[in-house]
Amino acid sequence: MTDLVSNGGRFAAITQRPPRPEAVVAAHTRRRYVRERRFKLIGMSAVIVAISLLAILLATVLSNGAGAFRQSYAVLDVRLDPAQIDPSGNRDPEVLADADYQAVLNDALVAAFPDMDDRQGRRALRAMLSNSSALQLRQMVLDDPALIGSTVPVRFLLDDERDQYLKGEVDPSIPEANRRLKDRDIALVDRLAEQGRIETGFNWTLFTNADSREPEQAGLRAALVGSFWMMLICFFLSVPVGVAAAVYLEEFAPKNRWIDLIEVNVNNLAAVPSIVFGLLGLAIFLNLFGVPRSASLAGGLTLALMTLPVIIVVTRAALRSIPPSIRAAALGIGASPLQVVFHHVLPLALPGILTGTIIGMARALGETAPLLMIGMVAFIANVPSGPLDPATALPVQVFLWSDSPERAFTERMAAAIIVLLGFLIAMNVIAVLLRKKFERTW
Amino acid sequence: MYTLAIILVMAAGAFLFSRQRAWALAGGRSSALHSRPSYHGWHAALLSGGPAILLVVLWFLFASPIVGAIVTAGLPEVVRSQPPGTLQFFMQDVQRLAAGLPLGREASPEAIEAADAYARAMLAGNWVFGVLGVLLAGWLGWLAYRKVDPQFRARNRVERWTDYILLSAAAVSVLITAGIVFSVLFESLRFFSMVSPIEFFFGLNWSPQTAIRADQVGSSGSFGAVPLITGTLLITCIAIFVAGPIGIMAAIWLSQYAPRRVRDVAKPLMEVLAGIPTVVYGFFAALTVAPFIRRVGEALGLNVASESALAAGMVMGIMIIPFVSSLSDDAIKAVPTALRDGSYGLGATKAETIQRVILPAALPGIIAGFLLAVSRAIGETMIVVMAAGLAANLTVNPFAAVTTVTVQIVTLLVGDQEFDSAKTLAAFALGLFLFAITLVLNVIALYILQRFRERYD
Repeated sequence: MTDLVSNGGRFAAITQRPPRPEAVVAAHTRRRYVRERRFKLIGMSAVIVAISLLAILLATVLSNGAGAFRQSYAVLDVRLDPAQIDPSGNRDPEVLADADYQAVLNDALVAAFPDMDDRQGRRALRAMLSNSSALQLRQMVLDDPALIGSTVPVRFLLDDERDQYLKGEVDPSIPEANRRLKDRDIALVDRLAEQGRIETGFNWTLFTNADSREPEQAGLRAALVGSFWMMLICFFLSVPVGVAAAVYLEEFAPKNRWIDLIEVNVNNLAAVPSIVFGLLGLAIFLNLFGVPRSASLAGGLTLALMTLPVIIVVTRAALRSIPPSIRAAALGIGASPLQVVFHHVLPLALPGILTGTIIGMARALGETAPLLMIGMVAFIANVPSGPLDPATALPVQVFLWSDSPERAFTERMAAAIIVLLGFLIAMNVIAVLLRKKFERTW
Repeated sequence: MYTLAIILVMAAGAFLFSRQRAWALAGGRSSALHSRPSYHGWHAALLSGGPAILLVVLWFLFASPIVGAIVTAGLPEVVRSQPPGTLQFFMQDVQRLAAGLPLGREASPEAIEAADAYARAMLAGNWVFGVLGVLLAGWLGWLAYRKVDPQFRARNRVERWTDYILLSAAAVSVLITAGIVFSVLFESLRFFSMVSPIEFFFGLNWSPQTAIRADQVGSSGSFGAVPLITGTLLITCIAIFVAGPIGIMAAIWLSQYAPRRVRDVAKPLMEVLAGIPTVVYGFFAALTVAPFIRRVGEALGLNVASESALAAGMVMGIMIIPFVSSLSDDAIKAVPTALRDGSYGLGATKAETIQRVILPAALPGIIAGFLLAVSRAIGETMIVVMAAGLAANLTVNPFAAVTTVTVQIVTLLVGDQEFDSAKTLAAFALGLFLFAITLVLNVIALYILQRFRERYD
């Protein structure tokens, strides 16, 4: 009763208020519309901020890494003096392999810069080329001993600091003491360029070499091969098990506490931090099962465990999108529940499963943290030849190079990111195309 | 590997022969059979392949611990009486030698001998189990082949077994969780037997490096996790301060205001942020954002560490924007149109409707999204490893360098490890903590989401 009375009183108060002048109402409405526009603007700017952050991120990576796809080479005329390489003249491979190619190289350098023929000058000249140059000469002679005695133009990798200078990354106006590259070295490189002995080409080394302490020799091969093995192992373990689990949970599972437990469990696994999977891999695969450290096998197994919940979740979504009428129709013509699933539902859900799988694999490809736990951060200078060899992965290689102080490694790290993003974009594009091609509305 | 191939070929053979036999017995009339011939084939293939493959795979999995134990038992007394950690190192060397991998240093004669024994035992085991597997496959395949009969209910059997296979696949996820819990819990318990939990959870001082020598274990008071936890929370808070407003406002604009064509472009673009590998964010934080913040801070006369919490937190915020925005988007979409229409009917503007009707109604969903984003931020590793510091400072100053739980796990476990030092085991204790925290956050978030969905359905 009292409620009613008090309500009545308030109502009376409202009606008794004198009507507001129209101008006041109009001003109020205007203010409300201003607020409306402001709110809308804030929302739009949030989206713009998010997208421009993405753009800045990608632009940073591109501007840092684009340079690494080019590499400067020095072309020198090398005289392969038989007296130096093969004094006996019988082309014995062992003698050829043991010859002093550094001396041959030094002579070629001095021939190009005759005024540098003193101790310090020679050292400056040697530093100009990558330290693999003598080995490169050796390999060349071993491959083709007929070259001995002739003078051949050879393309050598330029040292990373000089390469950076030619790319405009070293500022000669900084005081000499604050630069790794001294004035004398810069002058040398300039002279080399004047002589027309500098060539710039696509940086194949980045894809044909494994990691190295010398930035100009460092490449992604070991990482690419390691990532390939890991993806292979991860795919063949997580997809069959994940799809089977999803089929069971979605199509056959009875409703009981155990199944609920499994469902909750899958959902939670999908949100477990990846580093915890790394701890699991370390404790189970490495310490219990004795999988070798740093092997792609350990990485692939760990990533498979991580990808499994993702595959289960996307497969279930794909199965759920198949309308029940398909199942009813198949059951109606006498198919058993298993036949319904394997002959009708699963083939229809396949595009969706495939799309989800690709996205799950893309996530596994970019994962770094669990791999650090199982020792994949080792310095790998040899290309792994199988899943049991020590290997590294693309994102881990990015992480490894991020620790190196050289400017050239920063550039290569960004280039590795570009390669990684290239793979991820390709995978996602394939996923989108698959979805577009096979998408059906029921 | 070869064994598996042989068994697979045998299973395929069992399939073909049994199917053939079923056809022959039916005399070409499929109506005479209870089950279609291919079911007889599958029955034989499953029976011959299944147990044999299981046997061989189990051997692969447990070969190295079993052989390792055998070889350890056969070691000379001098080697065996070493402390467990040294013995473990020794056995690792033995395994590497046996696998023909380079050791990187001179191997002791005992190790070479043990490696020889190891390799021989391994080879013998491979042969025994390989032959056993092949025999088993052959025997069971033969049994199944004999069993083919028009009256034999092959289909029912195959279906029941397939059901079991699918169930065991589903159970793998439980095994993974159990594996996580046990591996982390077991090592954590060993850690807590060396360092008291009270010290771990309430200690203010974290410097695990001092405990590297075995005789110091437990004696140094340096395993206080509080600075790590505050560091993690500080960075997470910064991330949420960045991602929260941007994510929610973006979700509101995209779902309520944006023209359809803009939304179709902008939404996938924002999702791209979630697909970028975290190591790329780490690169961005360490090489672009951190120096930038440092320069700005210096211009303003502030003392900014080059590995400031702010840089890591901001970049982490960028990373979780799409989580916040897509979960908020779902929550906003789940609000019934009737509520919105009612608000419009009372003369409210769009902004007023959103602020006073839709957001309060969607709040539980948005909170759940925040919790999931927080759990993602707490468990994030690469950004903080690359952009946050290593020194454990107990501070809430966003310009100072702090360290996080994940950074410490990585630093403790990368490099050489001894599995009986508190230093290595501490990583597992931190991992357990991380797992528990994210689990609780996820369970709460999923619970809220479930309740929330029920309210409007």
